[in-house]
Formats: sequence, C-alpha cells, structure tokens
Amino acid sequence: MARAAVRGRLSWALGDVVELIDETRRVRSIVLDVPDWPGHRAGQHVDVRLTAEDGYQAQRSYSIASAPDDARLAITVESLPDGEVSSYLVGELRVGDKLELRGPIGGYFVWDPDRTEPLFLVAGGSGVVPLMSMIRERHAIGATVPTKLLFSSRARDDVIYRDELEQLASAGDGFEVIHTLTRMQPDGWTGYARRVDTQMLSEVAWPASEMPASFVCGPTPFVEAVASALVSLGHPAPAIKTERFGPTGG
Amino acid sequence: MTGYVSRGFHGKREADRDNARVPPGQYLVEDFPVLSAGPTPHTPLDEWTFSIVGAGPEPITWTWEAFRALPSEDIRVDIHCVTKWTKLDTNWNGISIDTLLDGIEHHASHVLAFSDGDYTTNLPLEDVSDGKAWVAFDYDGEPLAPEHGGPARLLVPHLYFWKSAKWVRGLQLLDHDEAGFWESYGYHMYGDPWREQRYAGD
Repeated sequence: MARAAVRGRLSWALGDVVELIDETRRVRSIVLDVPDWPGHRAGQHVDVRLTAEDGYQAQRSYSIASAPDDARLAITVESLPDGEVSSYLVGELRVGDKLELRGPIGGYFVWDPDRTEPLFLVAGGSGVVPLMSMIRERHAIGATVPTKLLFSSRARDDVIYRDELEQLASAGDGFEVIHTLTRMQPDGWTGYARRVDTQMLSEVAWPASEMPASFVCGPTPFVEAVASALVSLGHPAPAIKTERFGPTGG
Repeated sequence: MTGYVSRGFHGKREADRDNARVPPGQYLVEDFPVLSAGPTPHTPLDEWTFSIVGAGPEPITWTWEAFRALPSEDIRVDIHCVTKWTKLDTNWNGISIDTLLDGIEHHASHVLAFSDGDYTTNLPLEDVSDGKAWVAFDYDGEPLAPEHGGPARLLVPHLYFWKSAKWVRGLQLLDHDEAGFWESYGYHMYGDPWREQRYAGD
C-alpha cells in the first residue's frame, strides 16, 4: 500500500511563516518552516487550524504546493467570498506569524515519481495547486516523463504560477503547458478560449493508447466534465484520479 | 482542544449555531459538496444489483426492481464530512440495512461495503444495525444524482460521510475488521465525528 499511508497519529505542528507570495489578486502562497515535518508525496494536503483568543477554532484542508524535496513547505490558498479561514490566510497572515497544521493527508491523489507513464494534468483555477507539487517534483528530480498541464483560468491575470510554469515549460525536459482562458483573453491570444470540453481533450490529452496517468483537480462541475470526457475518449477510469472542491469552502 | 492563538483571527461565528449538532472542527454548509476519487460511474439500472456476500456459498442478490420493492423509509439526518463540512437536516429515502439482513444467518462482526469504481469502506456490524444505516436512493424527494452516489449510496450518518459509500453495490459480511479504500490511505478505521476520528491514530 501507499508509502506514506499510516504513520501513527498526525499531531498538530506549528510552522513559521517565512514568505508570502501573491500569485494573483485572490491567491497567495504561504511558505512555512515546519520543524520535524515528516515529508509528503506530491498531491497530498494538510489541515490548517486557526484559534481565536477565546478558543474558537476553525479548520480547513489545503493542498501542498511545494515539492517533497523542497526545504520549506508551501500551500497556496484562494480567498473565497466569505471564506472564514481563506480570507484570514490571504488577507491577514504576515511573515513572522505562526500557523498550526497537521499532515500530510491523503495517499491516493499522489504522483509516484518512479512511475514512467506519461502524465496528463488538468487544472481548473486553484485546482492547479496539488498538480504544481507534482510538476515541481518532476523538475526537481530531473524526471523526463512526458507531461502536459491543461490549465483553465478565467483570464491571464488569474493564472496561478504563470511565470514559473512558463520557465518550467521552456526547460526542454518534456513538460508542456496548454492554457485555456474562459472569460477574458489578452489581445492577440491564439490559445483556447473556452471551458475544457471533449474536443479540447481529444486535441490535448495523451491518447489512451499511451496509457497516461491523469490527474484532474478543480471545482466539482469542472472535474465531472473532464473526467467523464476522458472516459468517453477511452481512458480507463482507474487511470483518472480526481480531486474536487465544491462551491463551499472557507 | 487547545491550540496556538492565531494573531488577528476572530472567526465567522454563526450566531444561531447549535453546537450540540456540529461536531468539533466542523463548519456548516448549505449546499452539498462533492468528493470522490475518480470519474463518476454510471451503471444502468437494468444492470444494477445489490448483494449481500459472505452469508453462504452464494451471494444474496436483488435486482433494482426487487430492491425498490422492499419497504423503504424517510430519513432526516445531519451529515458530517471529514473535509470539515457539516450539513444539517438532509432528507433521504432508503432501505434500512436491518431489512436487507433480516432472516440472513451469519456470524459477522463487520461489513465491507463495496461500490462501483472499486471503492470500499469498512464498518462494524453494530453500526449498520438497529436503524443506524440505510441504502438511500432518493435525496430531497428526487432520485439521488450520480455525483452524490446515485443510483444508491450507503447512508451511515453517525460516522464521517466517507463511510456512506457512494454507488454502493453490496455488503460483504466479515468476521474481522478490514481496511477499506480511504482507511488504507491513513483515514480512521471507525470515523466518529464526535470524537474527531479523522485519521489513523486520532
């Protein structure tokens, strides 16, 4: 079974916030030093817990954005309207603060760097976060498995990790990014400008005959549509791993 | 439950929140989030069956038609997902597991629920007995939507909702406990939300 499956109790750890990176207007990466962090696999998440002065607490789960080999742990958080925890993390948290978390959690939606099948990653908005951990790990360890990221964002300014993705894609090691901008496109845009659909997937995805491993993460309707379309294109269901977040969050 | 006080965090408290109904670490939602590990399966009803496996040499199997002819009941319960959301007063219609196991001789202590898409989850027999668990096929008066587990899902509301297996196709009777899908990936073997048993060791 999975390497990081069961480690005994996951206890709460206190991480130091050492860097904050504004990825877009509503999305921020939080880089943490976590003493005794047990390590993670690309695709896993952590639980974050906030405590108010009077003891009131709120918890949420966030995907890990950093690669397992990175010295520091990073999560990337989208501020949701009315989001109790996300608005604090994106709006209030500062470098020098501490953040309580426990993990890593989840052992199914993970990429095993020993696997050699082509990778097809499909992200809707902040669904790119766990996939970024995989992309960063792939690059960090010098893996060359052919990898495509199909990334759906509303507009160019909403593309999370835009510059880093561009750099990684220019490294010439078999990683390619295909963007679709669903709401607004810059002048001269020649890429996709609609929601991901079966036609787009048939043009972009590795053919089923190459037996790719697919990871799909985004809002529920996005994941439903992409996963169903991949099945209709002949990809076997067990080769398609999904992670969804609903309209509710926090 | 103590914790590190987060500078500047006040929280969005629901003034009318009924703490007797919201387990520790959970927050209330009005909508119905979806979580599953792979594509949504779509088994046609004329190919759908529900089976009790392990009571004898042959499984006991119902077709969809025979299954729906069993007596069902309305169920109004609160549900708690391990990803932290709680939804109050959800309305279902389904068949009690008591009805399905009625008259079946066995010596099981546990069950392993199995679903389309190779999903499984383990439960002590006593947690699916005496009116505590159902196979549900209606939600809010409508057939259960595929993304929420339709045509039929297990409903075990007193445990975290991953135990309420979507797309359920049967129960395997066991004389021991055996980890299901998420339980093999570090989630708790039992999953009591009131004791916050989210992960192994909690």
